[in-house]
Amino acid sequence: MSNNNSYLSNYFHRNGRALGSIGYFVLLMVIFLVGAPEAWIRPNLHQSVFVMMPTLIFLTIPLVFLVASGEIDLSFASTYAVAAYVFALLVKNGVDPAICLVLGIFTGAAIGALVGTLIVVFRLSSLVASLGVLFLLRGVILLLSNSRSITIMEVESHWIYPLLVGNFYGFPMQIFWAAIFVIFCYYFFNKHVFGIHIQHVGDNSVSAEQMGINVNAVKIKAFMFVGIGSAIGGIFTTMITYTFFPTQGFGYLLLALAAVFVGGTPYWGGLGTIIGAVFGVGIIAYMEIGIIAIGWSGEWRQFFNGLIILLALLGHRLHGERVR
Amino acid sequence: MENIIELDNVTKRFGGITALNKASLKVTRGEVVGLIGDNGAGKSTLIKTLVGVYSPDEGDILIRGKKVNAWNALKARESGIETVFQDRALTPQQSIVKNIFMGKELRYPFGFIKEKEQIFEANRLIREIGFTSKLINAESPVGNLSGGERQGVAIARAIYNKAELIVLDEPTNNLSLNETQKVFDFVLNVKKSNRSVLFIGHNIYHVYDISDRFVILDRGEVVHQLNKNDISTPEELMKIMRDTIGAH
Repeated sequence: MSNNNSYLSNYFHRNGRALGSIGYFVLLMVIFLVGAPEAWIRPNLHQSVFVMMPTLIFLTIPLVFLVASGEIDLSFASTYAVAAYVFALLVKNGVDPAICLVLGIFTGAAIGALVGTLIVVFRLSSLVASLGVLFLLRGVILLLSNSRSITIMEVESHWIYPLLVGNFYGFPMQIFWAAIFVIFCYYFFNKHVFGIHIQHVGDNSVSAEQMGINVNAVKIKAFMFVGIGSAIGGIFTTMITYTFFPTQGFGYLLLALAAVFVGGTPYWGGLGTIIGAVFGVGIIAYMEIGIIAIGWSGEWRQFFNGLIILLALLGHRLHGERVR
Repeated sequence: MENIIELDNVTKRFGGITALNKASLKVTRGEVVGLIGDNGAGKSTLIKTLVGVYSPDEGDILIRGKKVNAWNALKARESGIETVFQDRALTPQQSIVKNIFMGKELRYPFGFIKEKEQIFEANRLIREIGFTSKLINAESPVGNLSGGERQGVAIARAIYNKAELIVLDEPTNNLSLNETQKVFDFVLNVKKSNRSVLFIGHNIYHVYDISDRFVILDRGEVVHQLNKNDISTPEELMKIMRDTIGAH
């Protein structure tokens, strides 16, 4: 009997935060369903959410890795636009969009590596340093693009368009890519040396170093992963809308961060949940779109976003404080 | 006798402070070496240099007679040196199994982890170490364990990796009598299997009981070395320590 108890308690230790965030998601659905059933059964509401969710997933899930490693990055919202800019500019100049896609993702990885190296080597606060990079990169894009957007209708006729963001029996293709990304990240975080080392480093970097883990390399890789995720998000969005615009991505900054923490990943490092983050994204996306769908004015959106973050944080406290 | 590891005139500085000054030390196969010295004598620095957490500013490190370059913690572990650090080097929010395999995970190709095998091995080690509570298994978080149990996890790590040299930094600190005895039994087992131990301690009686040879460190220098057969009581060792420290 006692053994069963310990397995149960270990199960909750490992999954409590993910379960919590699933619980909030279900609760939110029920509230919407009871409060505005007629808006809720309309399929276009859920379609809008499905369009928004993949982008937010590409941004949020890599942030779970980074936050679990004990760092944070705000610059991803600008990396998103830099990668999209590289992609759109090259497409506009006649380069094969498949090559542009790869180069755009490389750009994201390179920015991530630079930001990570800067923070790790000079021991900067990742919050403040990445805030600087956020503004710096945004300034660079505004200057380079002359604050003008780039339209790339030509991408639609290329084979990557239907493959990446086309329509599959009514479902946007990016939903499937996001799902594959989530599954990959789940295994990468929980069953792969990369994810396990991230958790050790974020938990106690001195211990990790003493056990021969290269702490700096692990952290830089986590920053690179955030860069890659933002690049994918930015390029997908640019393809969906056929347009790069220089302020692109800024709106996702706080939403993606909110999704990480609402999803149950604590801010202090060492722990993280991929499944929780997916439901965190679901909560944020349904809040964003649901409020409008039930006919309330947009002003309520931020109010409820704030409320749900606070309630989720209070709820996740039930999973206990940091153990040392 | 083969030297497992040898430090040859190793110096380590932090800013303007010389924490280790031309220290030389060797551990041969099958012996238990006790490293003693006052607070601030440089015991910790010596250990951390020996196991690759710090890199020496001057001097050489030799593994089985061969000089090694770019010494680091991973290389030390790959050379068969495992350390039970004073702070245990654990990550408390992670499970016991993750801690036991930290940095040396059992892997499939492409870096995926052999989770089932790790859990099986960890549960076996937990029984071997003798965890009393049935509530503890490989997947319990380390943060829920007592000090002695945490020490058990750190020792399990060293056992699993079948190290040729196990470095124990203040392993009996904050342990109960019963737990201290377990640590002693562990050291004797290692010795019996013709492997070596470097034992660091404040408590002269503990060090005396367990060691074959003593190295006295003072202000970053190795000031005296003697064999256990040179003396007959821990009091004698303490007297030698008092006489050498500060005398040089």
